[in-house]
Amino acid sequence: MTTTSAETVIAPARAQSAAASATVRRKQGFQHGGWFVAPFLVLFALFVIWPLLRGIYLSFTDANISGEGANFVGLDNYREALKDSAMWDALGHSAYFTLLVVPCITVLAFFLAMLAHHIERGKWVWRLCFFAPFLLPSTVAANMWQWLFTQGIGLFNETFGLTTPWLTDKSYAMLAIVIETLWWTVGFSFLLYLAALQGIPGHLYEAAKLDGANAWHRMVHITLPMLRHITGLVVALQVLASLQLFDQAVVMMDFGPGPELATRSFVQYTLEQGFTSYRVGYASAMSIIFFVIIAAVALGRMVLLRNREEGAR
Amino acid sequence: MTATQIRVRTRKPWTAGQIVLTLLGVAVSAVFVAPVAAALFTSLKSEAEAAEIPPHWLPKVWTGQAWKALWETGNVSTWFVNSLVVSVVVTAVVLTVAALAGYGFARTEFRGKSVLMGVVMAGLMISPAVLGVPLFTTVQQMGMVDTYWGMILPQCAPAAMVYILYKFFQGVPRELEEAAFIDGAGRWRVFFTIVVPLARPSLAAVGIFTFIASWNNFLWPYMVTNNPDLMTMPNGIATVMNSYGIQWAQLMAGGLMAGLPLIVVFVFFQRQIVAGVAHTGLAGQ
Repeated sequence: MTTTSAETVIAPARAQSAAASATVRRKQGFQHGGWFVAPFLVLFALFVIWPLLRGIYLSFTDANISGEGANFVGLDNYREALKDSAMWDALGHSAYFTLLVVPCITVLAFFLAMLAHHIERGKWVWRLCFFAPFLLPSTVAANMWQWLFTQGIGLFNETFGLTTPWLTDKSYAMLAIVIETLWWTVGFSFLLYLAALQGIPGHLYEAAKLDGANAWHRMVHITLPMLRHITGLVVALQVLASLQLFDQAVVMMDFGPGPELATRSFVQYTLEQGFTSYRVGYASAMSIIFFVIIAAVALGRMVLLRNREEGAR
Repeated sequence: MTATQIRVRTRKPWTAGQIVLTLLGVAVSAVFVAPVAAALFTSLKSEAEAAEIPPHWLPKVWTGQAWKALWETGNVSTWFVNSLVVSVVVTAVVLTVAALAGYGFARTEFRGKSVLMGVVMAGLMISPAVLGVPLFTTVQQMGMVDTYWGMILPQCAPAAMVYILYKFFQGVPRELEEAAFIDGAGRWRVFFTIVVPLARPSLAAVGIFTFIASWNNFLWPYMVTNNPDLMTMPNGIATVMNSYGIQWAQLMAGGLMAGLPLIVVFVFFQRQIVAGVAHTGLAGQ
């Protein structure tokens, strides 16, 4: 990346003096790399691939948590899941949460990064304040907000002069979780944006200034286009993370499903089926459905990216 | 970076724009700090005062009682040690296997490489949240429920970290390694003496984010262990709340105990973290 000078200095000098044997040795250097990837692949096979295959197998059985005496039931679990309105509700909650969180977090992260990048004094203070919540365990962040949102004793309503029943009314519960999530996780995307902003070459702005572009024009015509790649990454990572909503929702709702089940996410419902109702076969079928949904989202993104790249050419 | 900052600071006067931006920064920072400050103040109230209606920000009577009670009744020190053991081992294993695999995929040839790379890419979409129940029964089969290894090993195969390092190693000029091969250095020696030093900032970023993720991991330890002696900080804190009813002052004290170590670490390493994120190439291009 940044070592082009070393490359140009070393390469020709060495290459010229290299005989045929050197070429052979050079090629051999890159051969048989299997040992490099072996340790990772062992762990990956045991804890990712095997559970996936096992999940597929279990999803066709009526296995319980003990794993004994499972019968093959064909597609019954899938049939049941597709008719299970509680599953669809849970999926809806996860999707709704994702739709609320992703745009908010992307815009907020960009705003915070611009702020931290452009204030000339005390840069470390801004970085610390905006990123620190991300360093808290999910349960801790959720506890803090649960307390802030609790009616009567919570400081949120007290400070803003509200009486909103954040945690007990189904129309506010998800919003409370969204607010908590924004505060807790925006720091990660903020950091990605900040690093990207620092990577934009300063001469672009100098040139634009000479051409008489004002601050707004510089942002729209230089900063935003230069950040397109990172925005794609931030959105993709946030979608994947948000669909997997679990920690903050269960903790803020006292390990329950929220008022009128309003915040029960897909992950939570799956785990309830597996660990509370001991229906491992059924829970596995839902896991596989979830995996397919996430794979579809990821594939959709890839197709979109490819089309855009081809369009750009 | 330090040098330029100092120069900027002495040279640039306060312009109107900077004053507005700084005030805005202070206001936004206050919003971000407020919940943590509120938690700190609450942890310094008595339980009775913490549950008072209406609530107030500062304690009327400052007391360290909640911190003391938590230390005496809870297993905080055990949870802390557990968290430390799990996070350190996970970080060490992930750094080792992800660096080797990232390099292997980026720079070596072996049969079936592209197929395996595709499989690892598919692994980006799998997490304990997605495959929780089958992963649990797998770990159960291995007899690792309620053990350290059961908590640690499933966190040690993050496809994302391999992908990040793979991208980085692809950007390292091949000529650097070729020159060493011609001089007769073996593949492993090239890896450890040339490639790893070049990758240090990226490895630091991967290590730090792995550590944060592992320290804060709630879902997997929650699934795989019920034994209070094996609980990590996030899980232990969650049980404080379940078993005593809600004792807000203690809960906030426990939360701060769990959260502050990483924040202190960040204060010291923040520049390296931002530089590391930039170095991985994730934020660039």
